[in-house]
Amino acid sequence: MFKGDFIQNLPKIYGTYTGGFIVFIILMALAEQAGVSAKNIGVMFVAFTVLIYALIGYLSRTIQVDAYYVAGRQVPTVFNGMATAADWMSGASFVALAGGVYFGGYTYMAFLVGWTGGYVLVATLMAPYLRKFGCYTVPDFIGTRYGGNAVRAAAVFVLFIASFTYVTAQINATGTIASRALGIPFEAGVWVGLISILICSMLGGMRAVTWTQVAQYIVLIIAYLIPVFWISSNVGGGIFPHLMLGDEVARLGELEQQFGLVKNSAADMKAAGVPGGLKYISGTHSGVPEGGMAVWKYLSLAICMMVGTASLPHILMRYFTTPTVRAARKSVAWSLFFIFLLYSSAPMLATLSKLALMDPNLPTGIIGKSISEVQSIEWVQRWSEVKQVFIADFNGDGILQLNEWFMRGDVVVLATPEVAGLPFVISGLVFAGGMAAAMSTADGLVLAISNALSHDIYYKIINPKAETAKRLLVARVLLVIIGAAGAYIASFRLTSILGSVAWAFDFAMSGLFFPLVLGVWWKRATREGAIAGIVAGIVSGTVYLTWVFPKFSVPLWGGVNTPFLGIDHLRFGLIGAPICLVVMVVVSLMTKEPSPATQKLVDDTRIPTGKAILGKQH
Amino acid sequence: MSNKDAYWNKTKNHMIVTLVLWAFFSLVIFMFGSELNTMSFLGYPLAYYMTAQGSLLAFVIILFWTANKQEKIDEEHGFSEREDD
Repeated sequence: MFKGDFIQNLPKIYGTYTGGFIVFIILMALAEQAGVSAKNIGVMFVAFTVLIYALIGYLSRTIQVDAYYVAGRQVPTVFNGMATAADWMSGASFVALAGGVYFGGYTYMAFLVGWTGGYVLVATLMAPYLRKFGCYTVPDFIGTRYGGNAVRAAAVFVLFIASFTYVTAQINATGTIASRALGIPFEAGVWVGLISILICSMLGGMRAVTWTQVAQYIVLIIAYLIPVFWISSNVGGGIFPHLMLGDEVARLGELEQQFGLVKNSAADMKAAGVPGGLKYISGTHSGVPEGGMAVWKYLSLAICMMVGTASLPHILMRYFTTPTVRAARKSVAWSLFFIFLLYSSAPMLATLSKLALMDPNLPTGIIGKSISEVQSIEWVQRWSEVKQVFIADFNGDGILQLNEWFMRGDVVVLATPEVAGLPFVISGLVFAGGMAAAMSTADGLVLAISNALSHDIYYKIINPKAETAKRLLVARVLLVIIGAAGAYIASFRLTSILGSVAWAFDFAMSGLFFPLVLGVWWKRATREGAIAGIVAGIVSGTVYLTWVFPKFSVPLWGGVNTPFLGIDHLRFGLIGAPICLVVMVVVSLMTKEPSPATQKLVDDTRIPTGKAILGKQH
Repeated sequence: MSNKDAYWNKTKNHMIVTLVLWAFFSLVIFMFGSELNTMSFLGYPLAYYMTAQGSLLAFVIILFWTANKQEKIDEEHGFSEREDD
């Protein structure tokens, strides 16, 4: 049932699905009116959506190699755009992005530019050529272009490091959301999340992940946009916040002046017992920090995120699934359009949410009110209990100052609907959206890793004679193992969501960006050059990370080091990638130029028409 | 020069133009963040607007433009794919 006419019927199928989801939201709203508890509504939202994804995953099961690895290369442009957007927008984007803007203001928004601008690099330098090549995985391209098992294995190694860092953060996010929505402990939430992720990907590989990701995109974008528009009209921001919040941004500037931006000392915060991970507003919302270093900090972060985006295998592999090269190009544009819908809304949500809390003229404002009054507000009590918000009366005047209000970034997305007086059904919807975002990214990542291991390591290196059935069995077993390993590590909560997400970008750019780009754009790049570049890039980047990140540098290097040129642990790709480039170019020029066959292969990669380099089944 | 070489030269130039636009909206304008913020657009300070929305929108437009332009280059040189390819 899932062939030929399925593709033609896609708009109808997903149209019906979207309609069905909206009907479900309305039913939940009616249930809330009828007295169903907030907690049960949250449970129903998450359970209903996860069941739908599982059903799609089951219906997309396959025993075909090309369906498992590249969804049969028949995913239409716009749908692949939606799937990529879901693949891309992680639990961190959904839950933490608005919170990041809320606390970090302009400086933090380098992430927004970085996480979108990277797609221009994907479209111009990579996606169409990798699609023409016809590879199943990113290391498949590197292994075939440069030739040999060593370079293939090196690429798999980088892919593994980058994607695995990322996937633990995603499983962590899935667990957090599952535990909050279902009211179960975090550790149990992680395993519930993992099982949901595996159900979506195990039977159908890329085909199943593609069609669940489209479904997840629809849920997550509805869940993000409805609250933003609703809150905006509730707090007087106008019906279309993106174009109408100029006055609000200016008002925030006035309020910052009025309340004063104060930096708390670490000692004060410790004495008051502020729980870890909670932040307070100490920087301006829209102001640009002065000075060359501030500019460099902004640019360097944007560069790392952009170049990292163009090197992340779970994103690049989405463009292997389109029917043609030109569909791959257009698909990148659609992906960014769908991502833009959410990313451009995050700063608006942050502005509205900040204003709701800060403006004394609004009924929701809390800053400047008496602390006892604020502590009696229902949502403040609820989120204080779970240590997501905290009040510390540093000056002991009984009035809440701006620097005395602490909050976890996630609360901006998860609690603002409540704060602005929206019905609980919206909070349930937000949980479902967060779950969709975290699951869709985790799915893509787990699949990227297990596909590389099963195709590049098992089939291409260990056992090239393996039968289709055996290859797919190995792929599925690896999928379960990788997922379980990720969940196991996530259950220890090693780092905050965003710290490790940025690392994945830096790892990927250190080891993969230049080998991929030069593989297409520089015929003279040789196998030896690629191996040396990958190894030098990933090793130097990783060593620098251990040197600059205090948690690693204290045991390994005997102390805290000052970042070189302001390149801190979020930006270590700026060390790895240039070293990778230089080493790769120098070694390539020192070794014999690639064979005529390889040069012909590069020529063929560069033109859209003609046969793919690697056959339909390989 | 063979057709393939001519095609690749055009593609390369097109790539460079695209990346110049990309660098302008992602890097160059943010070198002048504090200067831009003294101007305003839709009531927002300009640098704030660009990082929150403007550059993002510019990237979307660049991507559709660049894909269409590349399709024209494909056609000119006879490397256009059939829809059912």
